Amino acid sequence: MCQPPARQAWFLARLAVAALGCSLPRVSSSADPAETSPSLAALFGSFSDVVAVVGAEGVLLAQIFGRTLRGTVDRAELMRSLYRMGLRSVPIVAVTALFVGGIMVIQAAPIVERYGAHGLLGWGAGFGTLREIAPLLTALMISGRVGANNTAELGTMTVTEQVDALRAMAIDPIGYLVTPRFYGIVITLFLSTILADVLALLGASMAGRVLLSVDPRVFYNGLTSGLLGIGDVMHGLIKSTVFGIAIALSSCHYGLATEGGAPGVGRAVNAAVVVSAAGIFVIDYLLSFAIS
Amino acid sequence: MSETALSVGEPGLAVTLRELYRLLKLTVRCCLEGGLERGAVLRQMYEIGNRSLVFLCIVMGFMGMILTYQAGLQTQRVVPDLSLLGATFLELLVRDLAASICALMLATRVGAGIAAEIGSMVVTEQVDALHMCGADPIKYLVCPRFLASLGMFAMLVVLAACVAVATGTWTAAAFFGLNPRTFLNLSLLSAADVVVGLTKCIAYGAAIPIISAHAGLTAFGGSEGVGSATTRAVVGSSLAVIVLNFVISGTGYLIFGP
Repeated sequence: MCQPPARQAWFLARLAVAALGCSLPRVSSSADPAETSPSLAALFGSFSDVVAVVGAEGVLLAQIFGRTLRGTVDRAELMRSLYRMGLRSVPIVAVTALFVGGIMVIQAAPIVERYGAHGLLGWGAGFGTLREIAPLLTALMISGRVGANNTAELGTMTVTEQVDALRAMAIDPIGYLVTPRFYGIVITLFLSTILADVLALLGASMAGRVLLSVDPRVFYNGLTSGLLGIGDVMHGLIKSTVFGIAIALSSCHYGLATEGGAPGVGRAVNAAVVVSAAGIFVIDYLLSFAIS
Repeated sequence: MSETALSVGEPGLAVTLRELYRLLKLTVRCCLEGGLERGAVLRQMYEIGNRSLVFLCIVMGFMGMILTYQAGLQTQRVVPDLSLLGATFLELLVRDLAASICALMLATRVGAGIAAEIGSMVVTEQVDALHMCGADPIKYLVCPRFLASLGMFAMLVVLAACVAVATGTWTAAAFFGLNPRTFLNLSLLSAADVVVGLTKCIAYGAAIPIISAHAGLTAFGGSEGVGSATTRAVVGSSLAVIVLNFVISGTGYLIFGP
């Protein structure tokens, strides 16, 4: 332990990126399990795969910001994306949040009983929910529902050459297709996280009432007694914004990079979902350090 | 063949649940009959187990670090004593988080894979071709995936949990100066925790392939259909993991007490 923790954490993160490359799914049809043998060359090759994906997503992000600054974003498409991605995800976000709140209380129950700390239940559930669990699980659900669907849609358009047709008609596919979807996903995830925060705390107070007979008012007192502040809510919301950017970029990137017909669309969807999920956890780790 | 007919499209929740139950029953019966294709289960075990291993280990490694760091930070706000941090961490990990986080990850990785594979076979009419040859698609396609997932799930969870414990121990030592011997404290861990954790592994391992295979078998309408089947598989499996977690945790709490 001679190195400072931050150095060690950075080294571990770099090691993980290299290992992540080994499991990085390939979109091209030459994905042969035999060729990804865990040799040193493969490790370096996979490291360059990670760098290539991150680089491509960075370029995409720069292009999206360029279109935003120039104001060439399709408004109607943006509203349509927001409706399909945001409003239609409300039921599953609500169900997930209510159950997750209940699970938080069930898991905290033994600790609460052991110390008799019924007044602290609101604080414990609120802390875990607002900072970690609500942003994380909402991001995973949105990545599964919205991100995967978005990749399938863009991928189908790419392999049926509809994107090329747009270019031929001098319609910019980044401004017309990608940018509205990008903002759709980011805004959807941000608003869904706020909804999930509220509903998860509601579920937690109901489970506390039933399992531990903690009055909802005591729960609310624990939540607002000063141990939790607006900073904890903001911590979760900053995370959810960055998760949203990561999900949107990887789903759009893999959608546009699809090749090889209908099976290629399936591979692209799989790759986008896996990269989003791994990215969410890695970003969560780095952000927990950066904004604490 | 009317027994294996599944409704196409997006039926209501009650219909879907009934069909899932029927698919589970048929799959278990086929598995008990035996006579599966040689090597099919092993191939699926490789596909589900070995190829998810690195992904799962990375995710759970980061999970262990985040949990220890956040929990330590919060405990320091209330009490200066961190000696029970490791015991609580291990208890939570064994009882809930190892199985549930792994299951959410496998729901995306394995569930999407199964649905995309079976779904593209359905829309290219390969499943109908199997019917024509007098072969049962459930026995050929669903049973090997079901058995493989059931077998590999607990092993993957145990391995990934070990990684999470290792990274958690490192975080506690590096950031809070906690001795690994203090951190690796098994005093709060009971047999009930292990039973609840393993029950979750079995339940998730059975639920994910059945839900994903159902989504794949009901795919329709070309490549877009495969895409929407994949989405339904991922969302359905994730929701099932969360609901099952709630049910099993609640039952465990009521049976074993706090």
